[in-house]
Parts: sequence; C-alpha cells; structure tokens
Amino acid sequence: MDYLDYLRQDKMPHIWCDGCGNGIILKSILRVIDKLGWKKDDIALVSGIGCSSRTPGYVDFNTLHTTHGRALAFATGIKIAKPKLHVIVVSGDGDATAIGGNHFIHAARRNIDITMIIFNNFIYGMTGGQVSPTTPTEKMASTTPYGNPDAPFDISRLAQSAGAVYVARTTVYHVGKMDRYIEQAMCKTGFSVVEVLTPCPTSYGRRNKEGRGVDMLMYQKHNAVDLERARKMTPADLSGKLITGVFVDKEQDSYLQRYGDVIIKAKN
Amino acid sequence: MKEANSTVRMLQGNVACAEGAIAAGCRFFAGYPITPSSEIAEVLAQRLPAVDGAFIQMEDEISAMGAIIGASLAGAKSMTATSGPGFSLKQENIGFAAMAEVPCVIVDVQRGGPSTGLPTNSAQGDIMQARWGTHGDHPIIALTPSSVRETYDMTIRAFNLAEKLRTPVILLTDEIIGHLTEKVEIPDHSSIEIINRKKPDVAPEKYLPYEINATKIPAMANFGDGYRYHVTGLVHDETGFPTNNPDKIQMQLERLNQKIDFYRDEIVDIETVFTDEMDILVISFGSTARSARRAVINARENGIKAGLMRLKTIWPFPDKEIEAIYKTAKKIIVAEMNLGQLAHEVEWATRREKPVIRVNKINGEAITPSDIYKAILAED
Repeated sequence: MDYLDYLRQDKMPHIWCDGCGNGIILKSILRVIDKLGWKKDDIALVSGIGCSSRTPGYVDFNTLHTTHGRALAFATGIKIAKPKLHVIVVSGDGDATAIGGNHFIHAARRNIDITMIIFNNFIYGMTGGQVSPTTPTEKMASTTPYGNPDAPFDISRLAQSAGAVYVARTTVYHVGKMDRYIEQAMCKTGFSVVEVLTPCPTSYGRRNKEGRGVDMLMYQKHNAVDLERARKMTPADLSGKLITGVFVDKEQDSYLQRYGDVIIKAKN
Repeated sequence: MKEANSTVRMLQGNVACAEGAIAAGCRFFAGYPITPSSEIAEVLAQRLPAVDGAFIQMEDEISAMGAIIGASLAGAKSMTATSGPGFSLKQENIGFAAMAEVPCVIVDVQRGGPSTGLPTNSAQGDIMQARWGTHGDHPIIALTPSSVRETYDMTIRAFNLAEKLRTPVILLTDEIIGHLTEKVEIPDHSSIEIINRKKPDVAPEKYLPYEINATKIPAMANFGDGYRYHVTGLVHDETGFPTNNPDKIQMQLERLNQKIDFYRDEIVDIETVFTDEMDILVISFGSTARSARRAVINARENGIKAGLMRLKTIWPFPDKEIEAIYKTAKKIIVAEMNLGQLAHEVEWATRREKPVIRVNKINGEAITPSDIYKAILAED
C-alpha cells in the first residue's frame, strides 16, 4: 500500500513532536483501512481537541475536528444520520475520559456503531503537560509539581464495565498487535475501543525522567504484559507493567440494529 | 377562511413545534429531558421513526447539541430543544455550528432564571444569551413566536433559514407559548415552502467548503457524498483547514459575521398594530405580545392613540423597523418577562430620544394586559 494515497500531503508537516507515537497509530489505522478495502468517501474520521485530535486534518476522508471531549456526540449524529459511513473516532486520554468521559461511557452503554481509537499518553500534551485522568499516581506533570495525588483511570476496564463489545489495549511498540486489534475493532458491529499506549517524551517523558521517545518505546517493549499472564501475577509484580490484550470481544445488538426495530414498530 | 386542504387541530405549542419540524423535513432530533420543553422530544420520539428519521435521547445537553451538528453534516435536517440551563450548556457547540456553518435548529422554551430558576414558569430572559451566549463574534438568528400556529410556522422557517444561510437558528419561545393549547389550522404539507441547503455543483477536487462568493453562503456537501473535506472549529480558510494567516482569517471571519446582515431584510419580521397616528408605541414579543395587543386595543377603545410593534424575529435586531415608526410616539413602552434586555436594545435603536418605559416581570407570572395598560395611562 501507499500511505500517501490516504494522506493530505499539503497539510504536512504535522504538529507532532520528535519521539511522539501518534504517527505510528495513524499508520496502523491507514494499513487496516487499506486492508479492509474501505472507500475513502465512506469513512468519517472524527476527533475532539488535543494532539491526537489533529489526526483528521492529515487524512483524506470526511474529517471532523469537533469541540473538546465531544467527538463521540458528533460521531453519533453522523452514524445515525448516514449509517453507510464507517465512523471512527480518535481521541486522547484527557479528551476521552476527562471532559468527554460521560460521552465515552454512554457510547459504550448504547453500543453505538463506532470504533474509537484512544491515544493514551498519560498527559495533556498540547497544552504543555498537565496531569490527565490516566497519569499514574506520584508521576510528575505541570499541574502536579509534587507528584500526582490522584488515582488513574484504566480506560480499557472502564470501557469494558460500561458495555463496549470490543475492547483491547496495546502499545505503539507492538505494531503487529495494534494492527490486529484495530482491524478487529473496525470489523465489529457496535461500540469498539482500542486503547493504544503512546509515548509523549516532550511533556511526560522529560518531566518523569523516562528518556527520549526511543527509551519510552523500549520501556513498552520490556514492560508490556499480556492480560492472561497478568492474571497470574501479584499486584506487586504488576507495578509499572503495561497490561495489554483483548479485554472484551462479544456479540450484542448494536444501537442501529435496535433502532431499526424501533422504526419497524413505529410504522406498524 | 380555512386554507385549502388544511386540517384543524387542538395543539399545544410544543407539539406544534414538533409537527412543524416534521413538516420542514427534520429527520434527526437529539435531546435531553428538561422542563418546559420535554414534550417536543416526546412527540418526536414517537413521530420521527415513523418517517424514517431518528430520535435519540443523549446523555446530556452538550452531546445533544453535538449530535445534531454531526447529523446535519451527514445530510439530515436536525434539531434539539431545551430550556434555560440546557441552553447554557449547549452554547459551546452552538458556537461550533456558527463557526463551521452547519445548519441546525435549537429550540429554547424559556423558563425563569438564572440557574435552575423557575422550571415550570415562563420568562423571556434568554434574549441576550441567544445573541451572545457563545464566545467570540458570530452571527445568529432568533425567531420569537406568539401563538401555537406561529410556533408551527416559525419552526419551519427556522429550518429554511438554517439551510439557506448555513447557520444555527434559535427558536426562542417561552413556557406560556410552549404549554398553550389553541385551535390551530395546520396547512397542507404540499403548500409549505421548503428550502434545502445548496449542494456544490463543482467536481470534488474543486470544491471549497468555505468559498467566498457573492452570495456569502458557500455550497455545502454532505459527508459521504464524495466530497471529502475537513470541518473544524478552528479558524479556517476557504478550504476548511485551519489557518494562522491574518489576511485569510480576516476574510473568513468578515464573511461569517456579515452573512446574516447581508440577508437581514429577508430575515427580519415584525407585525404592527395601530401604529399610524400613534402617541404611544408598545414593543413586545412572544407570549407578552398577546397581553400587549389587548392593552393597545383597550387603549384605542378609550381614545388613546397607542400602537403595537410585535417582534417575530429578535435577532438580527429590527432596529430599522423601529426607527421607521418611533418618531411620532411621545413615549415607548417595552413589555418583557425580564429586567429590560429588549428595552436596552430599543433605547439604542431610538438613540434615547424618547422615554423608554419598562414593563417587566420576573416572578414567573405573565405580564397582563392591565400591567401594560397602566403604563400606557401613566403620566411619565
């Protein structure tokens, strides 16, 4: 495949920093779309606000860059109004689970036919490194100068609890798994979530002495633990580990399938 | 005289709004429960799926506003309905719709404020929020019905204006009109003028979603129609992509802010009653205008030369129309269920050349004809 077929080349260079993992996720999304043979006209890529939310501007689909946290709300309207569109939401950890947290759990509960790819870098990157809902306890951010006193969200477990029919987590280092999970998510009917852990050396790594982008990738390589193996490990053993794998993969009627029944009832 | 093929029904204002939406071609509604607007959602939950449309109750007011913008981008005429607190919550995304020029209709059935205020009582305190509720300079249209039939007609008009001018349009009704039940003649759907957004007539590679042209309104492609373009709340150039170029920013924001003014005369709608040979001008809108009409009729019956100007559109403001008739009046009375939001605009439009007497009420009760009649009689 030629990535350039999918990129708006005149919009380059992108805004992402050296060592950022966002471009790795973008390439994975494009590889999957190419493999599935989806037409560019039939794809709507929707985002909120933040570094990852600049993704739609760079790709040649129907693209929508909405308000902070609200991508899923706009995407829900698009999908219901035009079901033939493949609606994909890209979002960051702050966008998806802080300001947009309510929409996230309700999209999962509703099982709306949307795939959401969450770029989790544990920090608000665009605004300069403020603490996010996924920043681990004790870690440093510009708004937690004495270390983060808060407990973080586990995004995948949150999506699982809220009712998403497909949930998987991986890292940008594990590109093969990332491709596989994104493909499974995009082929799923209903609300599917892929959480990808991605390094932000500029705003997170530097402050927490985790090195450059490459060092952060190596951390992912050495500390990712598959869900199955993690079940047999103690909390102490799991400290600092990144639990990855498929959390949920189940069949359940989607919102559009159920609303189709509503239309039939309304007409009779 | 009954119009040809019309039907006569007893309808509540909120129900008329929902029926007007269906007649206008609305096929997507997203909402969140709030008094006194909930009947609009309830009726559309029942009606929309029967016409292959969709209703969705969202998780909050913010997402309801976001969902109608998304649906409109995908080609569906879309609406949401709310009241005071919900109208506040929707403001950021109303700004997005204004900035990205996405047609949609927002109904605000006004109730008493501020904050939770008076959920089951009427008010008209959202005039300024309708104009300036979201941040930054932006154009807006707000329509103010005074009856159930007008609610029906103005809901259709709101969609037509939204589609023609690529803009959010606010239907600013109030609890009294929303919950009023009247005998209404509903026109035959085939007699209703329906306006749809102008689609691009150029090849996709030549399409400019924010083109600067003589009409000030760029053609709008729907997502999925083969025109792949970018929509953002960032300031963008004619291609739709963000720009930091001051010249391009200036050109786009000027066009955005001028487009409603450009069509102003077509949008603004007022009704005048007894305004020839008039000593006292009463200005009002919405439910209060019903009391104002009665007060003016009473005055004329008693030999007092009072006249009424009823605003059917409140934004853009009917300043020229006021200017055309106020000079013969010795005083102007502005009746409204707030503390003078409209009166303030009237003072500007009349350059404070005449005394502007305020008849205001904010305790949840309607302004009565006698409240206004007293002001007509008063020696100021």
